[in-house]
Amino acid sequence: MPPVTMLEAIRQAIFEEMERDPSVVTIGEDIGVYGGAFKVTAGLLERFGWERVIDTPISETAIIGAAVGMSYQGLRPIAELQFIDFIACCFNQITNFVAKSHYRWGAPVPMVMRGPSGGGVHGGPFHSANPEMYFVHTPGLKVIYPSTAYDAKGLLKSAIRDNNPVLFLEHKFLYRRIKEELPEDDYTVPIGKAIVRREGRDLTIVTYAAMMHTSLEAAEELAKEGIEAEVVDLRTLLPLDKETILQSVKKTNKLLIVHEDTRTGGIAGEIAAVACEGAFEDLDGPILRVTAKDSPVPFSPPLEERFLPNKSDVLAAARELARY
Amino acid sequence: MSESLTRDQYLELYYYMKLNRMLDEQLVRLFRQNVVVGGLYSNLGQEATSVGTAYALEKRDWIAPMIRNVGGLLVKGYRPRDILTQYMARYDSPTMGKDGTSHFGDLKDRHVVSPISMLGDLVPVMTGVAIGGRYLGQNIVAMTWVGDGATSTGAFHEGLNFAATQHAPLVLVVENNQWAYSTPVAKQVPIHDLADRAKAYGIASSVVDGNDVVAVYQTAKEAVARCRDGKGPVLIEAKTMRMKGHAQHDPAEYVPKEMFKYWEARDPIARYEKYLTENDIWDAKTKASLDARIDKELKEELEAAEKSPLPPPELAEQGVYCDGCHTIEPEWKRSKKEVMPPQSSVKPEWEVADFGGFDLASTISKKAAAKGDNGGVPAIQSKSVRAETVASQELKTNGRKLSVQKSNGRAEKSKVLERVPFGRGPKGKAGRK
Repeated sequence: MPPVTMLEAIRQAIFEEMERDPSVVTIGEDIGVYGGAFKVTAGLLERFGWERVIDTPISETAIIGAAVGMSYQGLRPIAELQFIDFIACCFNQITNFVAKSHYRWGAPVPMVMRGPSGGGVHGGPFHSANPEMYFVHTPGLKVIYPSTAYDAKGLLKSAIRDNNPVLFLEHKFLYRRIKEELPEDDYTVPIGKAIVRREGRDLTIVTYAAMMHTSLEAAEELAKEGIEAEVVDLRTLLPLDKETILQSVKKTNKLLIVHEDTRTGGIAGEIAAVACEGAFEDLDGPILRVTAKDSPVPFSPPLEERFLPNKSDVLAAARELARY
Repeated sequence: MSESLTRDQYLELYYYMKLNRMLDEQLVRLFRQNVVVGGLYSNLGQEATSVGTAYALEKRDWIAPMIRNVGGLLVKGYRPRDILTQYMARYDSPTMGKDGTSHFGDLKDRHVVSPISMLGDLVPVMTGVAIGGRYLGQNIVAMTWVGDGATSTGAFHEGLNFAATQHAPLVLVVENNQWAYSTPVAKQVPIHDLADRAKAYGIASSVVDGNDVVAVYQTAKEAVARCRDGKGPVLIEAKTMRMKGHAQHDPAEYVPKEMFKYWEARDPIARYEKYLTENDIWDAKTKASLDARIDKELKEELEAAEKSPLPPPELAEQGVYCDGCHTIEPEWKRSKKEVMPPQSSVKPEWEVADFGGFDLASTISKKAAAKGDNGGVPAIQSKSVRAETVASQELKTNGRKLSVQKSNGRAEKSKVLERVPFGRGPKGKAGRK
């Protein structure tokens, strides 16, 4: 099998799940005839027909609302948000209706909400969001943000089969930039499990999504200087795999957290707290963060480059941490 | 007298309405005894709307009630103890104390979706239930209620528009009870009939006297039949009146006394009792035995509710996620093969002959001209609308006029606006001028 992009891996997951289970349906804007703004859903309509590939008006609240209703019928809808920034338009449906449903009255909502996220493609303030923390702070949801094609496919399959509402974030910078050979058989990747991408002894870098690749590149460069960084890819942000984080921190005794989300209230703060609560005695230095700046995502290339964290930011922070 | 209802059904309508009201009164007593936790939202005066609409449904159909639709819950098979324990925050309530009021439901047997406090959100959700049911071949109808206030929300409009584009089997009952908390309907919406909202979405609608249970039932029955025939959603406006404040704490002093008087004279239960007597459907003895049954049942229900303990504190963090506690399997009423490839495969192309272009637009305007102001939208005729009730809509709205601000006549010179830098850039460089 030739290597496929992350975008193609996501498309395969949806396609294969729809082939496997007639209760899987898709709903969203321009996902049918057009095949989606990024062509993630290309070919679905031809294969599965109008009833299972539902094009909607520009109504995010209706998309999520209707998906909830269909899930109450025992279906497993996959709702696409054309750009994840527009998730703000249906925030109420997600946080109040979807997330609280099982807790309040025992009605499971087996649905997936997915959409292109993240910056680095000059999308500007409304097409570049990393909205994970609004939803990581919402009990009842699961939040996934994969960094590889293999994980994207396996995690999306798990999300579709899960009985809970899952927010599946797809980093659009990675859509066509990474390629990977995928196994031919039906596989899944478990939700809630982080993975160690690179072993190291000197410090732990906890990261996810596009920053995982930045962190790996930085780790290779650090290795040349004799600093061996361990890179932990979270993959799932909610529930957070505290065990893997703590295990790594106890091994390296230093923790650097790298994310593309803005700094204040980013998941780095939560991970730092997890480390303090669970591995305080093991820490040999301060917990450092490399994140985006606390501003909206700017449009013009030099501004966005400044806004986003990059390899040299990771290198600088890692070197500082290595001094302890 | 309608031919479509049997005597037993007439009596059953009375039973549900009266039970609804007596339960309401019981809850007020419990509220005064401090047994109700939190707010209490009265259904008083709106029993005919909830009961009459829900009664038009079949067992397989779905409802999503709002807070004043306890009558609909009773019709769907819930018992007073469910509502009592919800208000009393007890462990045996349908939500085990995790939520209160009418915020509960049952996907499997009764097909009831729990509301949330955010108004209008049920419209898209029930659209999803409706199209999901259609996909599964269930031939169901989904019904939900919104108040006059909820018609101002975005979710109402997004949901209704989507339901219309999908021709979803959705009956949306707009329960116009004249007040959204303290805001009168005239301040909520600038139109006379909320049913007119349907025109913009190209769906059928009707106005009904919400305090006339037989009229409500017949209108709803027609709407349900229309939906089941695949003719798309129907909006019913039921004109009624919230006879108490928003909740028990609210004395509703903002409601004109004459308005209460007007509606008191049109009390849905008193009217229906008169109707049953005048049409020889019952006699004093039947009424007495029904009332006695309701009293007895309520007493038993209250005893059961009072026996229920408060929930154990450790329940607080349980049940956030489904960890395999539910098996999710849709109820297929059609062959799955139809929706699986190769049968499901289609050639994706536009189905509109003129690609949504000018021909379609001119057809619409021609139709509208031919049919009057209804924009070619089919309306279901509700014969039962009482002119007197509709006229009551013309409540005095202190005749405010919109004042249009005029300019002072002088043409203002266009000023060159100074640019305010919102970021000063790198050190040493002031914001660009």
